[in-house]
Amino acid sequence: MKNIWWKVLAVVIMTYVIFWGLLGPVPRQPILNESIRNVSFHVPLWFAMIILLVTSVIYSVRYLRKGRMDDDLIAVEFANTAILFGVLGCLTGAIWANFTWGDPWPNDPKLNSVAVGMLMYMAYLILRGSFDDEQRRARISAVYNIFVFAVFIPLIFILPRMTDSLHPGNGGNPAFGKYDMDNNLRMVLYPGVIGLTLIGVWITQLRVRLRRVKVAMDE
Amino acid sequence: MTESVRQMGALMRKEFLLEWRQRYALNGMLLYIVSAVFVCYLSFSARRGQLTPIVWNALFWIILLFTAINAIAKSFVQERAGRQLYYYTLASPQQIVLSKILYNTVLMLALAFLGFGVYAFVLGNPVKDVPLYLVALVLGAIGFSVSLTLVSGIASKAENPSTLMAVLSFPTILPLLLELLKISKNALDGLDRSVSWKEVGTVLAIDVIVLVLSLLLFPFLWRS
Repeated sequence: MKNIWWKVLAVVIMTYVIFWGLLGPVPRQPILNESIRNVSFHVPLWFAMIILLVTSVIYSVRYLRKGRMDDDLIAVEFANTAILFGVLGCLTGAIWANFTWGDPWPNDPKLNSVAVGMLMYMAYLILRGSFDDEQRRARISAVYNIFVFAVFIPLIFILPRMTDSLHPGNGGNPAFGKYDMDNNLRMVLYPGVIGLTLIGVWITQLRVRLRRVKVAMDE
Repeated sequence: MTESVRQMGALMRKEFLLEWRQRYALNGMLLYIVSAVFVCYLSFSARRGQLTPIVWNALFWIILLFTAINAIAKSFVQERAGRQLYYYTLASPQQIVLSKILYNTVLMLALAFLGFGVYAFVLGNPVKDVPLYLVALVLGAIGFSVSLTLVSGIASKAENPSTLMAVLSFPTILPLLLELLKISKNALDGLDRSVSWKEVGTVLAIDVIVLVLSLLLFPFLWRS
């Protein structure tokens, strides 16, 4: 029970983010209007997803270096949580896009890149399912995880910036921070990133423990 | 250094010999791309020269993508595990994967040029800047072989390699494919070449990333 402080912190931060994100003062922008509040929820989901994916890759690398099965368990669960966050990010984005761009899934390079990225990580899960031998599954899916991450990062960060996009910060558009953000919004956005990352780690920790119990029961 | 180059040469020679002795596989791939082109030609009611440039271009690259996946999928499957183990005692894994990549590049170049020839022959050739289009084909052949060789190595270890090959390679090849489509569309429209350099640079950068990853990750792959 001594390591409970960060869970308390996560709950406190998320309570603050949800209430202050919905009630706090926000900048007035044409077209965006009140929907700018979604910045506090939609954007942190993607930040948290990237952080979780980086952690997953780190554990995959660790597995390849040290060969401990536990690292593989942790890597796959971080990837699972990241996929969950990605789906939630798509959903919150679709709600937002529906009201500001007039279409829940506009033809935007960033959206399409993310959809392809989700396909890659679904393929990762399919790949894991097609092995019987545990050692083999762990090693090969770790290789694929590292490979996919190296393709995913240019796909989501570099390619959309080279074409026209509706998203801020792409296709020569200035990033969101340039003129849409103000300090009130930042005070919710950054805690949101920390809070959601902590929640993600918490979910992952629970799932990893569940897996460890299952492994122990099988033996 | 010269020793390892010589070993690479021997491995490459082995790949070509193997292909030459099993000519049905090579002929099968050549026939695959020709008949795929012909199926597309007939599906568009054999209307020569009537496809819009964007459809013409996309159709060609999709045919090439499917051919590449089929051709490269077998690069690790066709040799039995015992024989592969024997190679690994002779050469380092980096040399093996590099020789496979080089061999697949040559194969893909042959398939891409043949495919382009047949495709332009039956469906008409609206390309305004042919040299640039051929550059796009060369870049595509290199890129496909680099990224698909690692994926085929991954897929060959699993239970159903053929399905898995498609599932794993479609999303991972997509960034490359999109850039290639842009370059070849520029060539098709005969735009000034300076427009395409940025995309050419991106394709080369992706190739380098994937090549380095293949060299780093392959040693872990073959051990299982």
